[in-house]
Amino acid sequence: MTHLKLLGTTALALGLAAPAMAQEIRFMCYSDGNECEVYDDVLTRFEAANPGVDVIVDVVPYQAILENLPIQLAAGSGPDIAKVTDLGGLSQYYLDLAPYIDRAYWEASFGDTLGWYRGAAGGDAINGMHSQLTITGAFVNATLFEQAGVEMPGADATWDDWAEAARSVAAATETPFPMAIDRTGHRFAGPAISYGAAIVAEDGTPTLSDEGFAAFTAQFVEWNNDGTMARDVWAGQGGATYQDAAQEFINGELVFYYSGSWQVGRMDSTVGDLFDWQVVGSPCGPAGVCSGMPGGAGIVGFSATQHPEVVAAVIDFLAQEDIYAEVTARTRNLPAHLGVAQAGVEFEGASPAAAAALSAFAADLADVAPSAFRYQGYANNRAMFGITAERVSQAIVGELSVEDAVARMAADLEAALADAQ
Amino acid sequence: MRWPGWPPTSRRRWPTRSKGVAETKGQGATAPAPPPEMTALRGAGDGFALRLISPVMRLVEIPMIALQRLLGINRLAWVFLAPNLLLFGLFAFLPVILNVAYATTGGANVMLADRPQIGMGNFERLLDCANHLDPNTCREDKFWRAVWNTLWFVTLQVGIMVGFSLLTAIVLNGKIRARGFFRSVFFFPVLLSPVVVALIWKWMLQRNGVLNAFLDWAGIGGYNWLVDAQWAFAWSVFLSVWAHMGFYTLILLAGLQAIPRDVYEAATMDRASPWRAFRRITLPLLAPTMLVVLVLALIKGVQTFDEVYAFTGGGPGTATTFIIQYIYEEGFAGSPRLFGLSAAASLLVAFVLVVLTLVQLWVNRKSVDG
Amino acid sequence: MGRTWEFLTATRGGARLHWTDWASYGYLFLGVFLMFFPVVWLVLSSFKTEADLQRYPPTFLPYQQQTITLDGHADPLPLFRITGGEHEGMILAQLRRVGLQAQMIDPANPEERLQVSIRDYERLERFSLATENYSDLFGRFNFLLYFWNSTFITVMATLIMLLTNSMAAFALSKYRFRGRTVVLLLVIGTLMIPQTVVLVPLFLIVSELGMFNSLWGVIIPGAATPTGVFLLRQYMLTIPDEILDAARMDKASEWKIYWRIILPLSAPAIAVLAILAIMWRWNDFLWPLIVLTQSENFTLQLALNSFQGELQTQWSSLLAMTVLTLLPIAMVFMFLQKYIATGIASTGGK
Repeated sequence: MTHLKLLGTTALALGLAAPAMAQEIRFMCYSDGNECEVYDDVLTRFEAANPGVDVIVDVVPYQAILENLPIQLAAGSGPDIAKVTDLGGLSQYYLDLAPYIDRAYWEASFGDTLGWYRGAAGGDAINGMHSQLTITGAFVNATLFEQAGVEMPGADATWDDWAEAARSVAAATETPFPMAIDRTGHRFAGPAISYGAAIVAEDGTPTLSDEGFAAFTAQFVEWNNDGTMARDVWAGQGGATYQDAAQEFINGELVFYYSGSWQVGRMDSTVGDLFDWQVVGSPCGPAGVCSGMPGGAGIVGFSATQHPEVVAAVIDFLAQEDIYAEVTARTRNLPAHLGVAQAGVEFEGASPAAAAALSAFAADLADVAPSAFRYQGYANNRAMFGITAERVSQAIVGELSVEDAVARMAADLEAALADAQ
Repeated sequence: MRWPGWPPTSRRRWPTRSKGVAETKGQGATAPAPPPEMTALRGAGDGFALRLISPVMRLVEIPMIALQRLLGINRLAWVFLAPNLLLFGLFAFLPVILNVAYATTGGANVMLADRPQIGMGNFERLLDCANHLDPNTCREDKFWRAVWNTLWFVTLQVGIMVGFSLLTAIVLNGKIRARGFFRSVFFFPVLLSPVVVALIWKWMLQRNGVLNAFLDWAGIGGYNWLVDAQWAFAWSVFLSVWAHMGFYTLILLAGLQAIPRDVYEAATMDRASPWRAFRRITLPLLAPTMLVVLVLALIKGVQTFDEVYAFTGGGPGTATTFIIQYIYEEGFAGSPRLFGLSAAASLLVAFVLVVLTLVQLWVNRKSVDG
Repeated sequence: MGRTWEFLTATRGGARLHWTDWASYGYLFLGVFLMFFPVVWLVLSSFKTEADLQRYPPTFLPYQQQTITLDGHADPLPLFRITGGEHEGMILAQLRRVGLQAQMIDPANPEERLQVSIRDYERLERFSLATENYSDLFGRFNFLLYFWNSTFITVMATLIMLLTNSMAAFALSKYRFRGRTVVLLLVIGTLMIPQTVVLVPLFLIVSELGMFNSLWGVIIPGAATPTGVFLLRQYMLTIPDEILDAARMDKASEWKIYWRIILPLSAPAIAVLAILAIMWRWNDFLWPLIVLTQSENFTLQLALNSFQGELQTQWSSLLAMTVLTLLPIAMVFMFLQKYIATGIASTGGK
């Protein structure tokens, strides 16, 4: 009885002393590796420093973030915080953190990536923290090059040079596939921009059918049909389904694999000493542009939350330089935090090959074209990724000619923009 | 209304649930039943369950008797229906009604109130084709590709699945040792979730999969099954048959066991060949069961989604994109989410299914009446 | 020997095996292979390490690289069998590999460094179960809680479904009242619309009713399935009305008739429905994914799929989890299978 009474009075005292506290914050998180575990661990420190706040990390399948979260937000029943990848598309639901945080620190630390979270609205709201920066780029099986006695193309090499080199290496070493690109419109965009595609013009007009885009589409379809590209990757799937070629690369069946920085950990742990691999960044297009696509995920708060100040405090905590650096090191991601990037990150448990690969990717960030940056923050980019993957695949399997595919992409984009209004 | 001719009441063994079938004859619907109390307390397990629910049921009985006095016996039916109708109303009919409302609106907003009315616009968009046989001439080419794919798929899948189910049921109905074991084996895949089914077979069939490893080892050489449109389609049919045939096999087996054995004995005496006995006796007597199987298999076939979606993602290209996947991608997984368009497509599918089912019933009206 | 063969090949009728019997058994064993082999493969694969899973050609049994710990080397060194060159036949440990050459040492003579071309060696492996795939699962999340949620949802949804469906089936099969045909047609009509296409309206309804993020949001909509009403009604139609009339003469109430006569007599059909309902709810994924977003409410299927990230899937954990979620349903099946058999046999299914 005394026990109960005691509990009651304590609760009362707490309630009076800190009326805004005793809050439960829901953080919807998905993992590509160990991200959610690390956040959960780091946030226990936040909880210790802020008694009464309970941040619960709900680890969900990525599908839940991609497909269900937008519907829950529209119905007003979303979480307080989430790790999202559709950065611009969900911007209408984001909580503007600006009133609760140090704007100067955030702008100095996150710079351009803040714009990705503003979506179509623009303005100067601080809507989210880019927690893991990724950049697309190529992995090369160096051992195969060595065995074939082929010189690796240099830093300014074009896609054509690499295709040529990869083909001769594959022929000399009887490797089944010279090249592969992940099946997603996001990976496709890097080389397309290098071929001269505008994708998202400076005034924000999107296009999937200009000359540069059509040129790379035609080249890519040709490469798929003449055996330069591993046909499985794009032709083996339908719709907008994501498909990578990591398994082929890990088995030494692929010479040149265009993917991105997030694959480093996986390569490091599964390739072992089967062969030597290295990262060569993004090859150039005929016009001399050598762009990859930036990307990644960010942590956002939602304006429907009951406790905006706590949500902002949690995200601000994660954005502090020391915390950000620790999380980056433990999850082996590239930092989007400029201070952390400058100081350099000591990646936890990474082999020399992996550390070299991550630095190669980080160095390649300088080559990213402005339109690639715009595309990543463009509100309808998910629609455009989907259209690209779907129509280009149809052209590869022969359901559509390249011209028809490009025309369909233009029509689909137009319809999507009309519907999205 | 009764579900057409099923189950064949006159041939049913009733009310015992004995295993044999030979004694079926003569125990028609009028056979005297054992006292209910005895039947209810048949097995120890049943008795236990009964003791557990008895107090609750007795409690419910009090208001039910009052209602019975108030309403009379026939109107009491609605009381029995009420809980189920409430559930159905809220979670089955209401969503469909909302779907009708969605189908007449456009845009990408989730909340119905925020969506602009566009009348039949979504239906027009779906049906807008220069030539309905060539999806490339259609405004929504993916919809028509999905329609034709589904048509092919259902034809092949239902045909092959019912064929193999029938064969398996006949084999199992023969003089087989360990029948229970084999029956369970064929039913087993029914228990697996669609995602697991797809996962397993993807693992088997991918270029670096088990089947190719075996073919390599056997010297035949592997083949990239899932990149070839025809093969990917064929394997989708296979996978779907693999996962579902157990259920239909059991239904058909039940139908076969309801056929009195003495009919066959008579046929044997007449020196009829087994094939003739099959065609003249088995098939006609199995017709009512077959109808249930066909109707169900057809409905489920048109609604095929999860396992093939997880298996090929609808590819290569659009070779295995079926109609439910189109609806799911347009209205849910894709971007922007066109709830209106996908709702319209789902209504069209439901309409076609209703028509198909009615046609099946009409074609089989003989066994329906019987 | 001959007698054993005779025994094995004897049929129930005592006659010799006809060729059709051979064909039947051949077909059945092919079936066993086709139905079971993929599942056996799944179970074996769940014991492989992530690297082993990616290998081609795949091995049937899980293997791991053999290693040896030598003095002066902190990490265990991988062992290789040398298949050519001057050290042929030896088993050496690899220190490091540079390009096409590997620097190796003989465990018997750890001082000397040997150069071996990587074409001349093969990995030395031994059978080893990666049980950490399983044990890690228990550390990563609250497996027991998710198991309890899944079980609770499955049991409650099945009970509610059995009760409401059998009541409705009783009304539809044993009473003549106006509107019966309409109700029945509506029930059949709902068969035509799969849940996948009404996800959004259904989600809005469930949210409005305040069942979002609650186990009941999965349980209650799941109980509204037309198949159950249908199956039970077909079965109850075959129960002779005379039994009911006799009970009514004895002044039994309608409710008593329902639960003391109709329910026990429909037991086989109810068993079939029970196993179907258990299977549906246990394997349900899309719907719980929308309704349940908080980890204390997660089901096993949601936890299973959380191994799929945007860019990567952790196959080893995912396969182990798949096998774990398969076990309970397989056990329920083994327990109930004889009821299903008699159940479907006597209802004729549907």
